[in-house]
Amino acid sequence: MRNRPVAVEQQPEEREFSPVPPRRGLADPRRLMGCAGRVARLRSRAVAEVVRLRESASPGAKFPRILTNSAAGELARVLLIVFALCPAVVAAESGPPRPGLSETVRQTQAKVVKIYGAGGFQQMEAYQTGMLVSPEGHILTVWSYVLDTDSLAVVLADGRRFEAKLLGADPRLEIAVVKIEGADLPHFDLNKAVEAEAGQRVLALSNLFGIATGNEPASVQDGVIAVKTQLQARRGVFETPYDGPVYVLDAVTNNPGAAGGVLVTRSGDLIAMLGKELRNALNNTWLNYALPIEQLRGPVEQIRAGKFVARREEPEKRPERPITLADLGLVLVPDVVERTPPFVDRVVSGSPAAVSGIRMDDLVLLIGDRLVPSCKSLREELGLIDREDPVKLTVLRGQELLEFELHTEDAKAQTPP
Amino acid sequence: MTGCPETRAGAGRLAAGYRAVTRCRAPVSGSVPLVGRLAALACCLWSGFAAAGRTEVAPAVLEAESQRVAVMAKAKDAVVAVFSSDGGGGGSGVVITPDGYALSNFHVVKPCGNAMKCGMADGQLYDAVIVGIDPTGDVALIKLFGRDDFPAPEVADSDEVQVGDWAFAMGNPFLLAADFQPTVTYGIISGVHRYQYPAGTILEYTDCIQTDASINPGNSGGPLFDARGRLIGINGRGSFEKRGRVNVGVGYAISINQIKNFLGHLHSGRIVDHATLGAVAGWDGEGRVVVTDILDQSDAYRRGLRYDDEIVSFGGRPISTPNGFKNVLGIFPKGWRVPLSYRRGGKRYDILVRLAGVHTQSELLEKTEGRQEMPMPIPEPGEEPQPEGGRKEKEKPPGKDDRPKSDRLPHPLQPTEKPAELAEVVKKHFEEKRGYANFYFNKLHRDRVWSTWDKESRLSVPGGSWTIAGALDDGSKFTLRLTDQDIVLELPVGASTWTVTDELASSLAPPGSGGLMPALHLWRRLAVLGPDKFGDVSYLGTAPLVGHTGLFDVLVGLSGGVESRFYFDPAEGDLLAVEMFPADDVDPCEIYFSDFREVEGRKLPRRMEVRFGDEPFSAFQLEQFTFEPSAGP
Repeated sequence: MRNRPVAVEQQPEEREFSPVPPRRGLADPRRLMGCAGRVARLRSRAVAEVVRLRESASPGAKFPRILTNSAAGELARVLLIVFALCPAVVAAESGPPRPGLSETVRQTQAKVVKIYGAGGFQQMEAYQTGMLVSPEGHILTVWSYVLDTDSLAVVLADGRRFEAKLLGADPRLEIAVVKIEGADLPHFDLNKAVEAEAGQRVLALSNLFGIATGNEPASVQDGVIAVKTQLQARRGVFETPYDGPVYVLDAVTNNPGAAGGVLVTRSGDLIAMLGKELRNALNNTWLNYALPIEQLRGPVEQIRAGKFVARREEPEKRPERPITLADLGLVLVPDVVERTPPFVDRVVSGSPAAVSGIRMDDLVLLIGDRLVPSCKSLREELGLIDREDPVKLTVLRGQELLEFELHTEDAKAQTPP
Repeated sequence: MTGCPETRAGAGRLAAGYRAVTRCRAPVSGSVPLVGRLAALACCLWSGFAAAGRTEVAPAVLEAESQRVAVMAKAKDAVVAVFSSDGGGGGSGVVITPDGYALSNFHVVKPCGNAMKCGMADGQLYDAVIVGIDPTGDVALIKLFGRDDFPAPEVADSDEVQVGDWAFAMGNPFLLAADFQPTVTYGIISGVHRYQYPAGTILEYTDCIQTDASINPGNSGGPLFDARGRLIGINGRGSFEKRGRVNVGVGYAISINQIKNFLGHLHSGRIVDHATLGAVAGWDGEGRVVVTDILDQSDAYRRGLRYDDEIVSFGGRPISTPNGFKNVLGIFPKGWRVPLSYRRGGKRYDILVRLAGVHTQSELLEKTEGRQEMPMPIPEPGEEPQPEGGRKEKEKPPGKDDRPKSDRLPHPLQPTEKPAELAEVVKKHFEEKRGYANFYFNKLHRDRVWSTWDKESRLSVPGGSWTIAGALDDGSKFTLRLTDQDIVLELPVGASTWTVTDELASSLAPPGSGGLMPALHLWRRLAVLGPDKFGDVSYLGTAPLVGHTGLFDVLVGLSGGVESRFYFDPAEGDLLAVEMFPADDVDPCEIYFSDFREVEGRKLPRRMEVRFGDEPFSAFQLEQFTFEPSAGP
C-alpha cells in the first residue's frame, strides 16, 4: 500500500505535477535500490508512539509510559482528557469558529510551500512540505531523501514554481534549508515564533499525501497540543537522531509528505515544524509531533551563515598532497547516480578508518562542518585536506550520529608520541 | 488510565477508533448520544472542575457547546445507517427530503443490490430501494419507505465552504451503530475544490471537500455538515495508507453542489454518467491552461474551440490549473450545456458547450453490474494492509499480531449469493430494466412530466390536424399545418410540404434550420400520442436551458430514427424547448417556446424561436391555434 487516497479500490498515485522520476536504468538497479532503500530506512525510518513522559504540563503529575495502539490520535486524545482533568489547564478556546480563521488560514497557507524532489517509489514519496523563513526565499524543511537531487522544485501556495537549491542541512536535527530565488515573499519570522502549552488549540498546515497540487494551498488540520515532552531517541524504539523537546498532537498530522509543515496558533503564530513520520518499531504505532522552532532557530541561522553547507566555491588553495579514500581505507558504495549518498561499503582492515571505528553501512554526513551529500562531494572535500591533517567525520549509523577522527599514517607521523 | 469514565464522557465513541470498539462495542448511553471532541473536553473539564471546584467555564464556552450539541442533536435525525437486506454491513447515508429520498455512496449501495435496510436515530429500521446511481461520482440516491415526514437537513451552498470552517461528519463508522445512533466526528475543512483521481476504477472525486473530521470505514455515504448543521457534502473517501484503513486526518466529501447538479438525473432511476468536453486541458510552457487535445467531433470543436486555445473560465469558474478544469468538468452530468470562455490571439470568446458522456452505456453497465466486495471493507482479523517491498515483514515486531484485541473489528457479513427476498414495499417500487438502476422511478417521472404538461395543454387527441397561424419577426404572415403525415408551411413567398418518413433525419428541412420540420413533427407527436406511443421515451433528469435560470425536466424520445429532447418547466409543466438530434456529433435543431397564454382551456405558447448551431434561424409569433379532430371514424 503506497500513499494513495482510497475509496474501495486502490488508486494510482497520479498527479498533474509529476515528481522527479525514480532513478532507473542504472548500472545495477538492485544495488541502487538497496542504496536508496538504506537511505530511506536510515533517514526516514519511522519511529513511534511510545512516549516517556518525563514531565507533564501540569506540575507534580508524573505519568508512566503510555503505550498507545495504532489508532494514532488516540494517545493524544487520552492525553487531552488527562490534561483536561488537570485544573491547571483551562482550555477556554472552544466555541464557534472565530470570524477570521479562514483569513488566518489563508495568510498562513501563503507561507507554506510544496517541495518536490527525489523519491516516488516504494513508500518514498517524492514530496514534502516547507516553510518560507525569509522574504528572499529561504525555506526551512526536514532533511530527507527528497532533497537528494539536483532538480529540486518548490511550488508556492499561489502556484508559482521555483527551482530550489539545498543550502545546507543539520543532520543532528534532520533539518535543511533550501533556497529559491525570490523577493518579498510571505514568510515566517523565526524570531517571532511562540511557545505553546499543552491543551492549546493549534492548526497544522502541510501538503500531506501530496493532496495539494499546482496552486492549491496546503491542507489544514485542527488539533490540540497534548503535551510538550522530550522525544527520546532510542534504538529499536525511537529511531531518529533528534533528541529534544517535541509537541505531541492529538491530530493525525504526521503523514507522508507532511514533514516540514507548520504548527501555528489559531492566530497564525508559528510554534513548530511538523517532523518526519515516526513509527515505533516495536508496536507499529505512529507519533504525531512537531519540533519547537526555538530548537531550530539557531541551526537555521548557522546554515544560513555557512555552517553545515555543502561547498560551492572553489577554495583558494589546494593542498599539495591531499587525502584520498584509499589513504583512509574507506570504500564507498558504487557512485552510480548523480548524488549517491556516501555510504561506507567496506572498511580496509587495519586502515585509519578501521582503527577509528568506522564501519560498513555508515553514512558519512559531514567532514568537519561541511555537508557531504554525495560520494562526489565527499571525494572533493577530502581533496581539500592535507594528508598530514586529521579528518573529522560525522556519520549516521542506524539512527545514531557518531563522530570520528581519522589519522593517516602521515598525520600520525606528525603527532608526537 | 484516563481517569475519566468512558461511559460518562462518551469518550469511547468520540474517537471512533479502535479503542472505541472494545470499550463501547454497542453505543452505551442514549442520554449522551452525541459527543464531539470538544464536547468530551468540556465534559471532562466539567468533571475536573466538579472535583476541584475552582475554575468556572466562560459562559461563551458553555453556550457554544450547547449550541453545538443542539445542532448535532437535530442533524443526527436525518442520518441513515445503511445495511444490505440480508443484514450485512454497508455504510451511511442522509435523508434529503421528507418523503424519504436519501443520498449515499454508490460504493455503499452497490453491494446491497436493489434494496437495503436503513436504520435511523429514531431507532427504526426502514426499507429502502435504489433509485439512481452515479458510479463515476460515487453517489447513489435511495428512497426510504414508512414515513412522509422524514427529517431532512437544510442544504448549504458548498461553494461557500471555506478552509478553516468547522465541520462534522455523521455516520456509521466501523458499523458501531447497533442502535442506529450515528457517530459524530468533528473537525475543520482542510481543503476545498480538491481533485482526487479515479480510484483505479471509475470513482472520481472532483471538486471535493477535504476534512480532518474522522472519516473511517463505514462513514461512506454519510453526511458532512457545516457548523450550523447544514449539509455540505457526502463523505466517501479517505487517504489511507501504511497505518491501515483508519482515519489519518484526511477525509473527502463529494460536494453537495455537485450532487445538486446530478440530483435530477439520479431521480430518473438511471445509471448516470459524467461528462467530457471532448478536449483535454493542460499546461503550456508559460503556465497557461490550454487545450492540449481536442476531438473534432466534439461540440466544443463545433463551437470553435481549438488546440492551444487558453481556457479562461468554465462552468462559471475561472480556470488557472488543469486540475481546476477537471474539477469543473466533474461536477456536471453528461449532456448539460455549460459556458466556457477561451482566449485566442488576445481575444476572448464565450461559448456554450454541450458536454458528452465519459463512458459508453456498455462501459457504465460493466462497471456497475454485479455485487462485488463490501464498501470500505473492514480488514479481517489478522489481516493488515501490507506495504510493498516486504519491508513490513522485516520491521514487524516479534509476537506476530500484537495489535490489541480492540483492533479486531466486527467483520461485516458478506452478502449471500442469493439476494434476500425483497420487502413488499420495495417490490412495488422496483422495476428492473437494463441500463437503469430502477426503471420504476424513470416511468414515475416520465409520466409525471408528461401528464402535467398534458393537463395544461390538453393536446393529446390523436389524429386530426393542428393549424397555427401567425407572423414571423419581419411581419410576414405564415400558416403551419401539422398532421400525422406531413407538415405544410405557407409563407407569402409560397408553400412547402414536408412529408413524414421512417427516417426523419433524411430530410432536415428547411435548409439551415437543422431540421425544423422533423422537430415540429416530434413535438406534435409527443403531445398527441404521449410517451407510451411516441416511441421510446424516458426521463433524463434535469438540465439547464438556454435563456432560463434553474433546472428543467427533460424527456428523451427516440422516434423516426432520431433522438429528441423535451424540456419542461418543473413548476408549470410547460414545454419550453425541443431539441432534435439527427445524428451523433451533429448540432440539433432547437425550438424554444415562450409567452404562454391560456386559449380555450389550453395553455399554449405564443412565441417559438428556432436556433441551429450558433445562429438563430427564425422566430414565429404563434397567434392562432386551430385543432381539428380526426376526420375519419
